[in-house]
Amino acid sequence: MTSKNLIKPYGDTMNDGVMQLAFTLPVENSARAKKAAEVYLTKLNLVDVAISSAKKLTDGFTYFVAFARAIPTLNYDEIEATEVQIKEMNFYQINALIKEKINRKLVIIGATIGTDAHTVGIDAIMNMKGYNMDYGLERYPEIEAYNLGSQVPPETLIKAALDYKADAILISQTVTQKDAHIRNFTEFIEMLEAEKLRNRFIIIAGGPRINNDLAIELGFDAGFGPGTLPSHVASYVANKMVERKGAQS
Amino acid sequence: MAKINLDKSQVETVKTIAKSIADDIQKFVDEHSTESVERTVLRLYGVDGVDEDKTPLPNKIIEKLLAEVGLNEGVSKYFAKAMVLSKRDGQTTAELLDQNHISFKDTLSVLDVDSLKIEKDLSKKAIHALDNTYNKKLKKQIECPVPPTPWKYLIVATGNIYEDRVQAESAVDSGADIIAVIRSTAQSLLDYIPYGATTEGFGGTYATQENFKIMRKALDKSMKKRGRYVRLVNYSSGLCMSEIAACAAMEDLDMLLNDSMYGILFRDINMKRTFVDQYMSRLICSRANIIINTGEDNYLTTSDAIESAHTVTASQLINEAMGINARLKPELLGLGHAYEINPTVENAFLYELAHAQLARELFPRSPLKYMPPTKYKKTDIFFSHAMDTMFNLASITTNQGIHLAGILTEAIHTPLMQDRYQALDSINYVFNIAKNLGDEIEFKAGGFIENRAKTVLNETEQFLIKVEKMGLMTSISNGLFAGIKRPIDGGKGGPGVIKKAPTYSNPIMDELKKGGKHDQ
Repeated sequence: MTSKNLIKPYGDTMNDGVMQLAFTLPVENSARAKKAAEVYLTKLNLVDVAISSAKKLTDGFTYFVAFARAIPTLNYDEIEATEVQIKEMNFYQINALIKEKINRKLVIIGATIGTDAHTVGIDAIMNMKGYNMDYGLERYPEIEAYNLGSQVPPETLIKAALDYKADAILISQTVTQKDAHIRNFTEFIEMLEAEKLRNRFIIIAGGPRINNDLAIELGFDAGFGPGTLPSHVASYVANKMVERKGAQS
Repeated sequence: MAKINLDKSQVETVKTIAKSIADDIQKFVDEHSTESVERTVLRLYGVDGVDEDKTPLPNKIIEKLLAEVGLNEGVSKYFAKAMVLSKRDGQTTAELLDQNHISFKDTLSVLDVDSLKIEKDLSKKAIHALDNTYNKKLKKQIECPVPPTPWKYLIVATGNIYEDRVQAESAVDSGADIIAVIRSTAQSLLDYIPYGATTEGFGGTYATQENFKIMRKALDKSMKKRGRYVRLVNYSSGLCMSEIAACAAMEDLDMLLNDSMYGILFRDINMKRTFVDQYMSRLICSRANIIINTGEDNYLTTSDAIESAHTVTASQLINEAMGINARLKPELLGLGHAYEINPTVENAFLYELAHAQLARELFPRSPLKYMPPTKYKKTDIFFSHAMDTMFNLASITTNQGIHLAGILTEAIHTPLMQDRYQALDSINYVFNIAKNLGDEIEFKAGGFIENRAKTVLNETEQFLIKVEKMGLMTSISNGLFAGIKRPIDGGKGGPGVIKKAPTYSNPIMDELKKGGKHDQ
């Protein structure tokens, strides 16, 4: 192993290990508080700790800015990162991709199915306003988005997907009591399969208790959990469509 | 003091057009009520509480009224008649109605003369409660003086009202003048108000009357400690606009987010429903001395801040005109705008100053609500902090009223306690070192800033002429605002709009229409 692959944080000299930190401790600002901050950082295996600033936030809370040196080195050769499944693309890149590679608007339909009355998830992804400063699908000029709302029976959603000639169907489930979400998801996929429509659409599950592995196990193409942004879903659908188109031609 | 040489007659013209647009909507509003407005009447008559399924009593009573006799005459008269039959107070009568001990059909036998006195009493008590909150706030403001503008506005959003309380107290200690409790995502789409203290929410905390009370109590303590009046904010928007206004008034809130078009555009709520609900909510705000904050800043999160600057100004003018129709005085109109220009644009700061100064001069008496950058915020917190600092400078220079604190971690998470401190530290620094900068400078006649402001005003005038010609409802359905099209009869809550019968009765509204207590 060559030493050039051993790395450490860089301040102004190779391997000096300098890090800057900012954090709050739930104690009143005092000499003792500063000492506590310093000791805490040494517990993190940092050395040469300098508490450069300590300020009172409110009664019983102090905010610290500190500099310190880190000890461990890391062999960069041993680091592997798995590819992210979704290509991170922004609003403009996704619209450009659809325009260039698909050359027509994508149609995406979404709903909360079954007894679930929660539209929090589907609205965050589809509504114009979007979520966390990420525009919703309704806002995408290259996407025709239809949000059917909550308590939509599976057959209604399938019929609407056919009427609108949807490319993708988004299904949201927030209520997970007694695994209601699993039952609703399964029922939907079974109905699609019975109608021999499963391969016609990209089918996506979403909700606070959903992850990709679970969704795939249930027969969906993908699953999106908490913190998902509309652009994640849009990027997934757009790239998947490009992929499918490529496979056809 | 004027810094931009605006054409006074043009200012007159745009205000006149905006008034005509608002008056056209008012004709529709005067002929209609909504389920939510009727529930508001019940709440103001003292009906509260939920059943075992957590359905609020006001919702259940209105559903019952709809099923038994219809809503076209309003709830007021029928409820008073039910009280004649029950010989009990409002809350007990509501419970008896809910338990089907009384039917609204039974009330048809009660004579109007017998119920009229009760109706009058109920409405008098309700108005008295609204006047009472007005007086209470005024008294507190003598004890704890209102700080100079721009007021520093900070948000808390943990989802847990008790945790929010700790965060709010710390923000006040660092200098916040206004605390807003961000609402749980999509509460605006609930056709009822959740009940009681809540400790779980999605990206925010549910707006409930109990949560209002808990936060108000905490802030009262904080402001006494600091000797400075601290305002409490929540959201009067969505499907329960006017009901929230009533609950907020009863708990002495100072400010409510309340826009005439936001819900229609960004939440796909039916426009007729929104216009009727916002009128009632604003009448309540006027009487209870609650500042409304309008949501024009949102247009710029979806449209370009330079290209669409005139839609912000136009919407401010329409919100003002509708506000005046609902008896809000200029001091209660927190008209919104934002610092959202792409930071890579050359002279972006000059554009921002021009837009902010234009708003200042168009609405000299109103506490403008100025929103920090959000759209171009980076996950690099240090760059974000630099952007916020420039926003702070624009705000103090143009004397904005309500200054939403820009937070360095905006693009990352809901603020940590230390993030809020960092934001306030920069605001306090800039507001102090540049306190009188605005009094000292004048913008060059014919210069970039003056020309830009004039361009926006010209575009606003053209835009308003188009809206007036089409009518506001058609304009919205054609996508003139924020590039979003909403059909006139589409959206959520449409079925809850009611055509008033000639015998419609709503004595609270009649009284509120006469104007705020402060006008008498």
